[in-house]
Amino acid sequence: MHLALFIVFGALCVAGALNLLFQRHPINSALSLIVVMSSLAVLYLLLGAEFLAAAQVIVYSGAIMVLFTFVIMLLNAGAEERTHGSKMAYIAGIPGAAILVSLLTFIFLSNRGSFAQARIGDYMVTTRDLSQVLFRDLLLPFEVTSVLILIAILGAVALARKEH
Amino acid sequence: METGFVTFVIISIVKILVIVVILLMAVAYTVLLERKLVGRIQNRWGPSRVGPFGLLQPLVDGAKLFLKEDLMPTAVYRPLYIIAPMIALSCALMSISVVPFGANITYHGVDLFQITDVNIGLLVILGITSIGVYGIALSGWSSNNKYSLLGSLRASAQVISYELALGLSLVGVVMRAGTFSLRDIVNVQATHGLISWNFFGGFQFVAFFIYLMAAYAETNRAPFDLPEAESELTAGYHTEYSSMKFAMFFMAEYANMITVGCVATLLFFGGWSSPFGHLFDNILTGIAAQAVLPVFWFVLKVFFFLFLYIWVRGTLPRFRYDQLMGFGWKFLVPVAIANIVVTSLWMGILLPVQ
Repeated sequence: MHLALFIVFGALCVAGALNLLFQRHPINSALSLIVVMSSLAVLYLLLGAEFLAAAQVIVYSGAIMVLFTFVIMLLNAGAEERTHGSKMAYIAGIPGAAILVSLLTFIFLSNRGSFAQARIGDYMVTTRDLSQVLFRDLLLPFEVTSVLILIAILGAVALARKEH
Repeated sequence: METGFVTFVIISIVKILVIVVILLMAVAYTVLLERKLVGRIQNRWGPSRVGPFGLLQPLVDGAKLFLKEDLMPTAVYRPLYIIAPMIALSCALMSISVVPFGANITYHGVDLFQITDVNIGLLVILGITSIGVYGIALSGWSSNNKYSLLGSLRASAQVISYELALGLSLVGVVMRAGTFSLRDIVNVQATHGLISWNFFGGFQFVAFFIYLMAAYAETNRAPFDLPEAESELTAGYHTEYSSMKFAMFFMAEYANMITVGCVATLLFFGGWSSPFGHLFDNILTGIAAQAVLPVFWFVLKVFFFLFLYIWVRGTLPRFRYDQLMGFGWKFLVPVAIANIVVTSLWMGILLPVQ
């Protein structure tokens, strides 16, 4: 059951990501991204991280992507034009991607032993466990991250402020 | 093992069918209730011709919507135009799946009055309703109509803004219960009847009113019905829709109202628990009374919230757009945060450390 769900939603995730790249209209790309985010949430759920899955749906699919579609609708962005792309992208991109993929494959295959015990559906992280780690063991990094986000918000306000 | 799984699947399918049919009937009759009540508020009768007291009106309306011509304007973006009402309706119907309607009574190991009890029930409802806004946003955009686009832009901005206050207002309740499971949240409140409900005994009435206002905005109901403001945008995001596609938006709106009523009941008014606590447990001992009475209390409370929805709609004028945004960000969000701070201080000082 877990494996079937993993295969279905993993495939959906990859298909959504590919569709995101191939679609020419921004709103279709945004919708594909929503599919990717939601399938990721299901994958988190299969890994036993239920709170993370819910947060993924609420924050990414439900809030951030709504803002994406909002901006696309507000600017009324049309279909993008096809270009042939820069030469550099072909020269550096294709070998780069090939190297990255082979590197990752090599690392995963050579460390196969340490993955062998972990199976989908073995773990169940309750919200209580998560909050204990987040607010007790890792309190300082958590607070520092929130300050970091505050800095980003202040930067946005400073940029958007009208000069009088 | 194998037969147990089969009974589980069969009972679950029957349960889902029953609940969806009841929900759709409830949606149809909420529409009638609204037309009758708003009629009386405006000093007229409301529907009264079809059947006794107009009781058959929803069925006739449904037949009419089925038989109407399904127009497809020429310049719409077809895939999204068709899929948008489906998103709206399916999200509205899905969120009922984690709501417990009655006491925990099992039949062959399957819970009878709840489709599924998940640990993160509350978050599931929030997540599904936050996906539901795509139905409105995409319908307006794909209609290729200025009014529709304005309506859906308003809807997206409004839902994003009020989702924050809505989520924050529920934190106090979750802190008191220590869980996201809706059944456990009700069980915490079911001990002493009225005085242990979060609204009265839990001192979460501030959170309740924030939730109520934010939820009215989330469901695009008056006084926050700017996305479909008739006097400004003809019909807002569903201007170009007709026949069953229009009916799907309509049903989604009312199903969302019912979900909001359910969540308010579960979180603040003790869900299916009786206001008298266990006072009459000695008299009402039969299994039927044990099973039916909680459902009765639940339905009564949800009905009260639907009544309130319609009452508010018949009473309050619409907000202006800047007022709407100011109210959400400058009033509801700070008050919701203050509620969290006060609740956690209260819990930290008064309650013993577990």
